[in-house]
Amino acid sequence: MNLLAEYSGDLLIIRALENRIDAAGAISFKERMRELTDTPSQRVVLDLSQVVFLDSSGLGAVVAVLKLLAPDRKLELAGLTPTVEKVFRLTRMDTIFTIHPSVPAGLRDAS
Amino acid sequence: MPADNIGCSSTFPAIDLRIDSPADTVAVRHLLDTLFQADIMQDLPDDQRGTAELVLAEVMNNIVEHAYSNGPGSIDLRVMRDLAGLECCIIDQGRPMPGRALPSGHLPGTEEELPEGGFGWFLIRSLTRDLHYQRNGSDNRLSFRLDAEQSPH
Repeated sequence: MNLLAEYSGDLLIIRALENRIDAAGAISFKERMRELTDTPSQRVVLDLSQVVFLDSSGLGAVVAVLKLLAPDRKLELAGLTPTVEKVFRLTRMDTIFTIHPSVPAGLRDAS
Repeated sequence: MPADNIGCSSTFPAIDLRIDSPADTVAVRHLLDTLFQADIMQDLPDDQRGTAELVLAEVMNNIVEHAYSNGPGSIDLRVMRDLAGLECCIIDQGRPMPGRALPSGHLPGTEEELPEGGFGWFLIRSLTRDLHYQRNGSDNRLSFRLDAEQSPH
C-alpha cells in the first residue's frame, strides 16, 4: 500500500497513492498507517483524492485507524471521490469523521 | 417454470458476459477490472459503474471470506446488460449462507464501539433491487439488479 507522509507543523498529511482500498489491500493499508502515524503529530489528515474505490473492508480499515489514534489524536479525511463519499454517506460514517473537501487548501489554518 | 428460475438459474436469460474466477481477494480485483473493461459496460454512467463495482466487490469478497473460508474455490459471475442497468448472477460452491437465507444487513450500531465490519450486506441491500438467494444442490446462487438510482429530489 503506497502511502506518502508529509508534515506541516503539527499536521501530518498522509496521501494515499493508490486508486483502491479494498479487501485485498485493507490489511496492508492499516499496517502502513500504523507505521506512518507512529511519529507524534497533533492532527492526522488522510488524503483520499486518488482513491476511486473503497469497499466495506477498506472502510473498516479506515475506522480501525481512527480507533488506533484515539483518544489523543483524530483521523481526518480529505478529498473523497464520489464512490468513496457514497460509502461513507450510506454507512453514516460521514458523521463520525471530520471530512474536508480537499487538502491542503483551507486546511492548515482551519483549526 | 421450475422453482429455481427466479433471477439466477441455468436458464439465466441472454448472458452478455460470464467470468469465472478463483475465489480470492486479488482475483476478485482482477475480475472487476476485466468486467468494467468489457464493451457492454462502456456506456454505463460513472455513478452506476461505481455502485456496481462496490456491490459486486462486496458480494464476491463475502464469498471469499465466508463461503470459502475452509479452502479454495471459484466464483462464476454472469451479467446481463439492458437499458435500465445490469442484472447479475453470482454462483459459488462454498458453504451455504447461515440459515440458508440472506443476512439481514442492518447498519452496525456506533453507540458502544465503532464497527470495523458488518457494512457489506447493508451496502448490498441498500444498492440492489430484486435480491434473491438460493441454495441449489451444492450451489449458492445470488441474483440482483443494479439500476440507475432514483434521484433523491
